[in-house]
Amino acid sequence: MILSELQLALPEIFVATMACVVLVADLFVTEQRRGFTHTLAVLALVFAAIITLRVMMPVGESLLAFSETFVRDRFGDVLKLFAYLVLAGVFVYAKHFLRAAGLFRGEFYSLSLFALLGVMIMVSAASMLTLYLGLELLALSSYALVALNRDSASGSEAAMKYFILGSLASGILLYGISLIYGATGSIQLGQISDALAAGMSDNLMLSFGLAFMVVGIAFKLGAVPFHMWLPDVYQGAPAAVTLLISSLPKLGYLALAIRLLADGMGNMHDDWQAMLAVLAALSLILGNVVAIAQTNIKRMLAYSTISHVGFVLLGILAASPAGYSAAMFYTIVYSMMSAGAFAVIILLSGNGVEAENLDDFKGLAKRSPWYALMMLMIMFSLAGIPVFVGFFAKWQVIAAAIQSGFVGLSVLAVVTAVIGAFYYLRVVKLMYFDEPDNAAPVTAPIDFRAVLSVNGLAMLGLGVFSGGLIGVCVRAFA
Amino acid sequence: MPNAIPIIEIVFYLFSGVATLAALGVITSRNPVYSVLFLVLTFFSSACIWLLLEAEFLAITLVLVYVGAVMVLFLFVVMMLDINLTKLKSGFASYLPVGILVAIAMAAQLFILIWATGAGSQVLEYGDADGSNTRMLGELLYTEYLYPFEIAGLILLVAIVAAISLTHRRRPETKYQDPSRQVKVNRDERVRLVKMDAEED
Repeated sequence: MILSELQLALPEIFVATMACVVLVADLFVTEQRRGFTHTLAVLALVFAAIITLRVMMPVGESLLAFSETFVRDRFGDVLKLFAYLVLAGVFVYAKHFLRAAGLFRGEFYSLSLFALLGVMIMVSAASMLTLYLGLELLALSSYALVALNRDSASGSEAAMKYFILGSLASGILLYGISLIYGATGSIQLGQISDALAAGMSDNLMLSFGLAFMVVGIAFKLGAVPFHMWLPDVYQGAPAAVTLLISSLPKLGYLALAIRLLADGMGNMHDDWQAMLAVLAALSLILGNVVAIAQTNIKRMLAYSTISHVGFVLLGILAASPAGYSAAMFYTIVYSMMSAGAFAVIILLSGNGVEAENLDDFKGLAKRSPWYALMMLMIMFSLAGIPVFVGFFAKWQVIAAAIQSGFVGLSVLAVVTAVIGAFYYLRVVKLMYFDEPDNAAPVTAPIDFRAVLSVNGLAMLGLGVFSGGLIGVCVRAFA
Repeated sequence: MPNAIPIIEIVFYLFSGVATLAALGVITSRNPVYSVLFLVLTFFSSACIWLLLEAEFLAITLVLVYVGAVMVLFLFVVMMLDINLTKLKSGFASYLPVGILVAIAMAAQLFILIWATGAGSQVLEYGDADGSNTRMLGELLYTEYLYPFEIAGLILLVAIVAAISLTHRRRPETKYQDPSRQVKVNRDERVRLVKMDAEED
């Protein structure tokens, strides 16, 4: 099968075109018929998935294009498909909230599609230049989305923090990239790997470059001690945007880490394993312990993100195909769990007031047993209770880490996961054993209810039949 | 002609002389508008020197970007702001020692660099047969770096969309006129006839 370069990049080209189409089409739509923009954006994702599926790369094969700046492989294809899925879910969840908050504007959809494009570019980048450009495309769209509600002071504050710290992180990453370019003489990941294999791993410039690069990645992922922006941004952004930035970009950052560290700097794994180990340990401890003290659920989920980042890093630092596939499985599962958790927050937010306090969840089981059950499954999955998919994600990661000899870190991961279970179960306790403050029934449009139900049940379904998705992730690194 | 001065050197000294004089004009003229115009002249002369070095792409970029866009913005700002020059110049004597020190340091650095590398000892090889680096850059951008170049274009588009969506919004608290609505107004919206009893004196 011979494919032209343009055919290989067809998903990217299609999403870029559709982002522009949505941007322009929205101008001709009146305020009442904005649903059209929503439908168009969701359809774009469906067709992008079809286009990607039509030319799936066979397992273990990869093709380079555009002067070796672009790579198409199974890892990228799988991540892209899940990125479409997550964003489609986000669109359905967000519509309900945006309508109520008076933020139902076309820019949300075009900027989200551009963010998706940034993720896709990162996912199939074969050069540090494309990785960086994809990262910037994603970051710029996210900054604008966080500031979507211009009249909210907390939203603007969050956007400023996000922008300043995000630019700092990009600068640090770029500095690392330039040092590594200086040491190896290439920005193409394959050529960097070859240069390292030829034996120059004791170069001081390389070590500095690697350190800057790891700091840049840690900033973007929100690993301790580079996590300060995360709780403020999660809390300040409108719930629909928090929903987006807590799920979709994680897939891109995973690709950023794996492409840079595993594909490019794989020969230096001894150096970055030690750095990631420190980041992972700190993230696991701080994320889980500080989350206990939170009364704002968006903040609590932000610290929970930090602890999950620790698990993802644990998978990557195993530096084996098993570790990478476990990290990939974890990230995919996490993006779904996070989307589901924020969807329930959106569900409880009425008339533009966000249900961001833990007390808002009091007695949800009496107000709506079904949604309480969905939230229970998502919380159990986040906590990593067996049978639910979150348990298998943690299991895979820890198994890979132990195989690579990180026994102490794995024990720490298990202990902190048990500590972390407390604050997830507290939400369940509030829903099932406390009396509701207001007894108003919970209402939502049919599409929202359907997607949330599928999302919640998937936590159980993917857990019981976890072999399928794990297999997909393992084959991505075959 | 062994002792004849090549024409290229005459042109170089002409443009660098103009650039230096114009640069002096930037810091000595009393009127800020003149300063900006002198700066335009400096940029333009530097662009001409680049042309002499066959770096025509840099020359064109300097004229288009700096003279065409940045300096025009400067001019707007300078003309719109009421700058009090006497206040700006009041601290001149006290800053002078530091200024001279910085100037000496910069000059020393330049001399060390020239002394260490040897003036003109390094000639960079560039350009194809017809010496057009614009063409070379264009070819590189649209072949080898096509994909990153297109992504950079998309990033700029997102920047525009973000900037407009964050600034362009209807603010109910600001008062503004809408001429089309003013024109469309009809009598009933403005005039109210009130029936009153005739008053008796």
